[in-house]
Amino acid sequence: MTTIREKLVLVGNGMAGIGTIEQILKLGGAYDITVFGSEPHPNYNRIMLSYVLEGSKTLNDIILNDWNWYEDNNIALHTGTTVIRIDEGSKQVVTDNGMIVPYDKVIIATGSNSFILPVPGSDKEGVVGFRDISDCDAMLVAAKQYRKAAVIGGGLLGLEAAKGLVNLGMDVTVVHLMEDLMERQLDRNASSMLQAELERQGVKFAMGKQTVELSGEQRVSGLRFSDDSTLAADFVVMAVGIKPNVTLAKESGISVNRGIVVDDYLQTSMQNVYSIGECAEHRGMCYGLVAPLFEQGMVLAKHLCGSDTKPYEGSIVSTKLKISGVDVFSAGEFLDSPEHTVISSKDEWKRTYKKILLKNNVIVGAVLFGDVTESANLQKLVKQGAVMTDEIYTEVMGAGCCGVGAKKGTSVEAMADEEIVCGCNGVTKKAIVDAVTEHGFTTVDEIKACTGATRSCGGCKPVVEQILQFVLGDSFQQAAKQGICGCTTLSRDEIVAEITAKDLKTTKEVMNVLGWKQEEGCSKCRPAINYYLGMMNPDTHQDEKESRFVNERMGANIQKDGTYTVIPRMYGGVTTPEDLKKIADVSLKYDVKVVKVTGGQRLDLIGVKKEDLPKVWEELDMPSGYGYAKSLRTVKTCVGSQFCRFGTQDSMGMGALMERKYERLDFPAKFKMAVNGCPRNCAESCTKDIGIVGNDGGWEVFIGGNGGIKPRIADAFCKVKTDEELIEVCSAVMQYYRETGNYLERTSEWVERMGLEQIQTVILNNEENRKELAARIDFALTQVTDPWKKMLNDNSTRAALFEETRL
Amino acid sequence: MATQIYTIGTVQDFLLQIGRVVVAGNVELAVFRTSDGAIYALENRSPHPKGGPLAEGIVSGHFLYDPLYDWKIDLRTGEVQAPDQGIIVTYPVSLVGDIVTVSL
Repeated sequence: MTTIREKLVLVGNGMAGIGTIEQILKLGGAYDITVFGSEPHPNYNRIMLSYVLEGSKTLNDIILNDWNWYEDNNIALHTGTTVIRIDEGSKQVVTDNGMIVPYDKVIIATGSNSFILPVPGSDKEGVVGFRDISDCDAMLVAAKQYRKAAVIGGGLLGLEAAKGLVNLGMDVTVVHLMEDLMERQLDRNASSMLQAELERQGVKFAMGKQTVELSGEQRVSGLRFSDDSTLAADFVVMAVGIKPNVTLAKESGISVNRGIVVDDYLQTSMQNVYSIGECAEHRGMCYGLVAPLFEQGMVLAKHLCGSDTKPYEGSIVSTKLKISGVDVFSAGEFLDSPEHTVISSKDEWKRTYKKILLKNNVIVGAVLFGDVTESANLQKLVKQGAVMTDEIYTEVMGAGCCGVGAKKGTSVEAMADEEIVCGCNGVTKKAIVDAVTEHGFTTVDEIKACTGATRSCGGCKPVVEQILQFVLGDSFQQAAKQGICGCTTLSRDEIVAEITAKDLKTTKEVMNVLGWKQEEGCSKCRPAINYYLGMMNPDTHQDEKESRFVNERMGANIQKDGTYTVIPRMYGGVTTPEDLKKIADVSLKYDVKVVKVTGGQRLDLIGVKKEDLPKVWEELDMPSGYGYAKSLRTVKTCVGSQFCRFGTQDSMGMGALMERKYERLDFPAKFKMAVNGCPRNCAESCTKDIGIVGNDGGWEVFIGGNGGIKPRIADAFCKVKTDEELIEVCSAVMQYYRETGNYLERTSEWVERMGLEQIQTVILNNEENRKELAARIDFALTQVTDPWKKMLNDNSTRAALFEETRL
Repeated sequence: MATQIYTIGTVQDFLLQIGRVVVAGNVELAVFRTSDGAIYALENRSPHPKGGPLAEGIVSGHFLYDPLYDWKIDLRTGEVQAPDQGIIVTYPVSLVGDIVTVSL
């Protein structure tokens, strides 16, 4: 018996329509399917046009369903054909080349077109939109011939177009009507960070400019703005927005507002005719992003196949920018108003920004910049309308300064099976888990080939990795091995082992013998190797000035204007009126811009000219404070038993003693200490690399604390009774860190990597070991000298480093 | 304007792989001697939007890592290497015996 299959006509061969057809096929829908597309290609991934423009992908790479797919699934595909009318009476669609095809059901998925500004000159040669492959081709061609481009529109698409053109070598200015980029997705903070980052990557901006005319003869030559200023450009991309493509619906008498009006089952005003994607308008919303397409497609597919489905109730829109090196994410509500409770953190050094908006304690929106690892999680929370809890807070905002360790990786466990992991390709968590369990896949690439997840923007890759890790457990292999920098594949431990085994003496030898890719290394490996060599051979290693970062080479902190900061040593944070007077006199004489008390109880003399540095040090005649070095910075102290009525130990005395003992020695990273006279802990031991707290019967030692980038409360390490024991334990901890720490690794990371117990075992359970470590640091300490004393006695080095030749 | 030639010192005035600032006329130069003995003169100003000097960077082969933002710069052409972008003006250097001259 043959069943008569219903005829389904899809108008529009794009992601939304074909995504729906894929779902229908999966659900076993019994339809004869015909697809019409105006473009001459099979279905491709529009989201990835940026990559084609960037040159990292070709059209072939972004084809989602090739010709064979249509054939294999018995789908009749007509490319280069535009449907011009749907005739409800005769249930037929009519095309521009005269085809007439009967239907039972029609899906209109005609997408949208670039909105071209209706200003004089917008029809000139050299003006394009950014919507499809032909726009992309036009841009690639223009970049070969022309130099100056303007992109009108500082939204998602405009920025991607601009970066693409910069990569193609064009001089690109983004012209934006508003003062903030991506103002429909980002708040002012994130927007200004984004602009700064893109400027760093070579994109120029003309903000708050309204284009009123495109000038030029036949070809565009420039833009004129409403304030009468102008901008030269021989190529213009319009990326000011999209316009739902509703021509067919209008011609056929289907009701249209901005888009084709649909109900919660994607039904248009015409019986048996549905619409999804960018051309559709649902509850007053037209979506220009990809995730809603899949959500609509799933509802429509189920509806057409007669399966039970919840109605489509709209999408929470989230956005990610696809520019390499620029991570931006937003979901739900993102602009704060008085009704919101705002959780935010901004880090201008790491260039990250995180904001979560709550309404009556419900998570309603989020913005991330720089670090988007929490994006999938936040998107889910916003969608669920989750209530903020302490657990969620810790999970998404990180440890905070209370050092409550956030457990990572649990979020994928809690994720629902139907949840979409890859928003670009509509891949659910279940599809990924199935790929792993049924096919035995173990890599992201295999999952990509099988399910399509990560195939597009790649933003979901971390989540896919987490799922892999979650399903596979221990058998999950980490990605390819990475060396300490791009010059080598060797790790720190391998390099140190080779230095010993082959008795290597200089950074040059290390790099030559161990086959460095860049012969003389880079700014990452050279300082690291110089440190390892010095740590291993404190008496024989010739420190290499040329392998030192500027601050350590000059013995002062460089500031962004090229001036320097001088910090005289004040042992334990204690100074004298005489020294203060001298500091004041020198500061006046050399016109110091600011005198500032540092976080570590010292005085910063900020804004000293490079050529004045030797004279400043000579006249101060004080030891260098090493505020610039990977070395012991400061030992912070409280008043202690000398004066404080609560003090049980002499913290000022012990602090000064420690600082004198360990000053000038190189460490893997900067090193800070604190000594407190009583458990009130006024000098804040909990955020120091080594924190010491006095009590009635002796001292307590804490290690691995940090108040900086990665805040961490120090771990209690041990208690000791005498000053001698205290010094021996501190020496051993410092030397063990010097010998096993990665260059630039703070003790907060080191303690977590090594494990507190391991360090305790090495130092506390083995007296011999402890004494040897202490002896090694004492030996290394005999080799250190004050850099400024040395510099002042070395005329030629001083001249070469600090003096300017003036002609 | 006519090219002017400045004598900026002898080879020994320039430490290997360590930059030195030379002000010639109204141009501030960062002068580098690479390990192969070549000498390069660049305008002492980073093309980074925040500016800053170049002379104190780390020199590797014919590349400079700028001291403030770690941009990698080709000393021969002044070109900033990807992913960053920009260009720094370079000036021709000549060696006659031990004497170093630069043409501005």
